[in-house]
Amino acid sequence: MSFEEILEKLKNKFPNYKFEVDNELPVEPFIIVNPLEINEVGKYLRDDEELLFDSLMNLSGVDDNNANKIKDEEGNVKLEGRTLSVYYHLHSMKLNHKIALKVSAPIEKPEIESVESVWKAADWHEREAYDMFGIIFLNHPNLIRILMPYDWEEGSYPLRKDFETPEFYNGMKIPY
Amino acid sequence: MGFLDQEFSDSNILITKSEDLLNWARLSSLWQLSFGLACCAIEMMATSASHYDFDRFGVIPRPSPRQADVILISGTVTLKMATRIKRLYEQMPDPKYIISMGSCANCGGPYWEHGYHVLKGIDRVIPVDVYVPGCPPRPEALLEGLLKLQEKIRNERMRKTA
Repeated sequence: MSFEEILEKLKNKFPNYKFEVDNELPVEPFIIVNPLEINEVGKYLRDDEELLFDSLMNLSGVDDNNANKIKDEEGNVKLEGRTLSVYYHLHSMKLNHKIALKVSAPIEKPEIESVESVWKAADWHEREAYDMFGIIFLNHPNLIRILMPYDWEEGSYPLRKDFETPEFYNGMKIPY
Repeated sequence: MGFLDQEFSDSNILITKSEDLLNWARLSSLWQLSFGLACCAIEMMATSASHYDFDRFGVIPRPSPRQADVILISGTVTLKMATRIKRLYEQMPDPKYIISMGSCANCGGPYWEHGYHVLKGIDRVIPVDVYVPGCPPRPEALLEGLLKLQEKIRNERMRKTA
């Protein structure tokens, strides 16, 4: 199925949900889904006879670093609107077609519904996105760090753009 | 050798200093804790295999720290792994030696600036006897490192120095 056909099917199935399309980028177009609805959308994509997206090829977190400078009445500059995103790359082994999805959540409250119940492969991928970006996956069965040590500083996520390397970890000096 | 070319005073009897004998015995049978971390581990395995034959120097991989004499830090040491390496080192019986193999274990290697997760040199955690440079070092370089360690052991003194 083509991208447009899949999008049309989604819109018919979930008339109350909002689906946006980004095809400005020089990559394949992708569908932007609400972070709290990705779970249901994923389940439909997996089970529908004409879609059968049985394979989650990749799930990756991104720090969009897209904050806007906003001046309030007193002239103070504030940064607002920064988001964290998750991209899902799906493939159907049976029908051999692909699709990419994206969800975004504000960095102050980066909560995204887990798709672990849809594709088991998402388990460790989501833990990685949590570990590196601090994205909270709701209803994930075991959302703990996967790459960094378990006792790594709370709230310190290495792939965020504003991350700064700590001086010490357990008494070991980190900088060169 | 410094040992076999000593004079014989009788057939079947060798005269030597006990220190030399013990040093010779120890340096000729360095059991290596089998422990690999990254691409350096591949070169370490190549050194153990038949082409370079670590075994001819008495180096055998030993999968238990309690029966090992030398630990080869062969690769990138992450902060998470550094804690484990320290524990393995502490579990080894004395006398114990450390060969730091490759740029990562020596000083952090290519991760020196942006490696938030990499320990910049294993000598920040445990004392190193021989550093082998390279990325990764060829088996010949690792053999040279082992010979340097043997040289160090050969010159060790057990007596109290005045």
